[in-house]
Amino acid sequence: MSTDAEIVAPGIGLPEGGDADESQTFWQQALGNVKSGNLGVLPVVVGEILIVAYFSFTATNFFTASNFVNVILQMAGVTMIAFGVVFVLLIAEIDLSIGFLSGIAALTAAELQLPDGQNWPGWACILAALAVVAVIGAAQGTFVAKVGVPSFVVTLAGLLIWQGVILKVLQVRGVIIIEEDWINKTATYYFSATVSWIIAAVVTGLYVLGVLAGVVGKRRAGLEIRPLPIIARVVGVAVLAFGVVAVCTHATKPAACPEGTPLTVNCTQPLGLPLAAVLMLVFLVALTYLAKRTSFGRHVYAVGGNAEAARRAGINVARVRILVFTISGIMAGVGGIVLAARLQSVNLNVGGGTLLLDSISAAVIGGVSLFGGRGEVRGALLGSLIIATIANGLNIGGYSTGTIYVVTGVILLAAVTLDTIARRLQERAGR
Amino acid sequence: MFARLSRSFLEGPTLVSDTPLLEIRDLSKTFGSVQALTDVDFEVRSGEVMALVGDNGAGKSTLIKCIAGIHGYDSGTILFNGDEVHIHGPKDSARLGIEVVYQDLALCDNLDVVQNMYLGREARDFLFRLKEPVMEQHTVETLKGLRVTTIRSIRQAVATLSGGQRQSVAVARAVMWNSKLVILDEPTAALGVAQTEQVLELVRRLADQGLAVVLISHNLHDIFETATRITVLRLGRNVGIYERAATTQQEVVQAITAGIPTKVAGIAASAPEVVS
Repeated sequence: MSTDAEIVAPGIGLPEGGDADESQTFWQQALGNVKSGNLGVLPVVVGEILIVAYFSFTATNFFTASNFVNVILQMAGVTMIAFGVVFVLLIAEIDLSIGFLSGIAALTAAELQLPDGQNWPGWACILAALAVVAVIGAAQGTFVAKVGVPSFVVTLAGLLIWQGVILKVLQVRGVIIIEEDWINKTATYYFSATVSWIIAAVVTGLYVLGVLAGVVGKRRAGLEIRPLPIIARVVGVAVLAFGVVAVCTHATKPAACPEGTPLTVNCTQPLGLPLAAVLMLVFLVALTYLAKRTSFGRHVYAVGGNAEAARRAGINVARVRILVFTISGIMAGVGGIVLAARLQSVNLNVGGGTLLLDSISAAVIGGVSLFGGRGEVRGALLGSLIIATIANGLNIGGYSTGTIYVVTGVILLAAVTLDTIARRLQERAGR
Repeated sequence: MFARLSRSFLEGPTLVSDTPLLEIRDLSKTFGSVQALTDVDFEVRSGEVMALVGDNGAGKSTLIKCIAGIHGYDSGTILFNGDEVHIHGPKDSARLGIEVVYQDLALCDNLDVVQNMYLGREARDFLFRLKEPVMEQHTVETLKGLRVTTIRSIRQAVATLSGGQRQSVAVARAVMWNSKLVILDEPTAALGVAQTEQVLELVRRLADQGLAVVLISHNLHDIFETATRITVLRLGRNVGIYERAATTQQEVVQAITAGIPTKVAGIAASAPEVVS
């Protein structure tokens, strides 16, 4: 333990504050973060690499471009829902209704597109479905924020209610086929190779522009700029964007052969970057912006960290809570539509199964604390990637659903244990 | 009397060393059948540290909560800069430039120093985007202005700060908003010796910079080290106002434990006719 006298530093992080050896301070900072339990996304990324490595050696057909695209499509729905979970967990609440809310959104969109029914255009179906779950989310949030009913109870009631509604609506027909193109494309459309590469370039370019704008702003304010981490991040984003596109453009799916092809040849058709991947990226960026760059996001973290302090600072805590449950509802709806589009139908199981638990697990595995105030939107993406990779790998390896549940459960426990230990370390590193 | 009047007319409202910044007259407050404050007078001038002392239940916290707009008051007059004001809520007092640093700090542990300094009042542009560089720069300037130099990085979470550093952040936050009056509720209650010294120094610096400071404390040693004057409350009534330089700890203790309620002459009569 150092005393106060020892940690007197000149100038509180001012430019002249003696940052001669930048790389060293960067690494020291990183090391300090790890020591104080501020692990960030490190364990998730390492975990994912280990899981991919394991399945690559044990399961044939796992480490292929086509299966990579498969994983993206499998994770898309859960990722969208988990994005909403992040916000709920950040204010130290829980939303158990998201599974069946996603079902409600899918059901609404499916009902509205029926050619012998409303026959609405696809975009209108999607917007209407999202509006419905937004209203439901806001209503549930109002019970939590204004009436003071614990969110666990409110959303548990929601879980039952919306499951009941789905069963009642679908009990006659059993299944609704979705024929609307707009809806189905959210999970089945692939960009051509050229467009895919352009998307990678645009993503990288926009990221560089964003970083530059930040640097200019900081320089104008006369604040210190550390080039090393910035360059590392830009390179990382570029490698990731082009890497994903490179793999996706090499993926193929079986296709009907042109006439005259010998029967021994397996005909395939090239795929590209799935629209679902772009949708995930769009929501990732938009929600990260909301959480990290806007005052609303700041207030979300503040409410999760110390609701009383937030209230005294003049933040409308009830409004923040209601908006967060609204976001949770909307994102559940987005996920539900993507999931329904994959099946191109809505049936009695919609929104059920392990969807709820997978979504919450994804956020928690991704490092979002259940105690509130700690975590990032990208954690949901990473956690969902881990869950999808495990399910995919075990499936290909021929393991049963039971094994998948057991392994996912163990990973979840490990993730939460890590979070708890990290928290304790952080407290110790604190006062 | 006349000399003082003309001088304040000549030099405008910036000269407030004689006119109290905040003046309270005959403030009474009841909670149901409990009379918490009875005809309390209180004043604080710019550039001075006014200590507010009294035993538990003397009405210190009730008085500052009335000033901060957390409680309403039953009767009495509040003058700010000589003008009568009505404080009905925390926003009213904030608009006047009154900031309170509460005992339990009201900081968010998971947010960093800058985020806490701007909590609820973030600088943002038309896209609701936070102006981080502006906030960062202003935070650095404020902390530097208060000579708070022990914080390594303003981007570290408040959870990692020591008690004294946290208190410094809370005080700096109160000062940053062009506040004219800062009320500190037991700022050193949970601190060690070195950190207490650090915070008391900060309190003195606030007064040196021309702010009016109200310091609530149980620790007479701290008070005699920082305060300019000392107001003593007992059982919800005034028992005296003492010049720090002209009194002793013993006298103040005597007043706290056994003081006889007095309406202190001179305060009630001093300034009412000055401002129309």
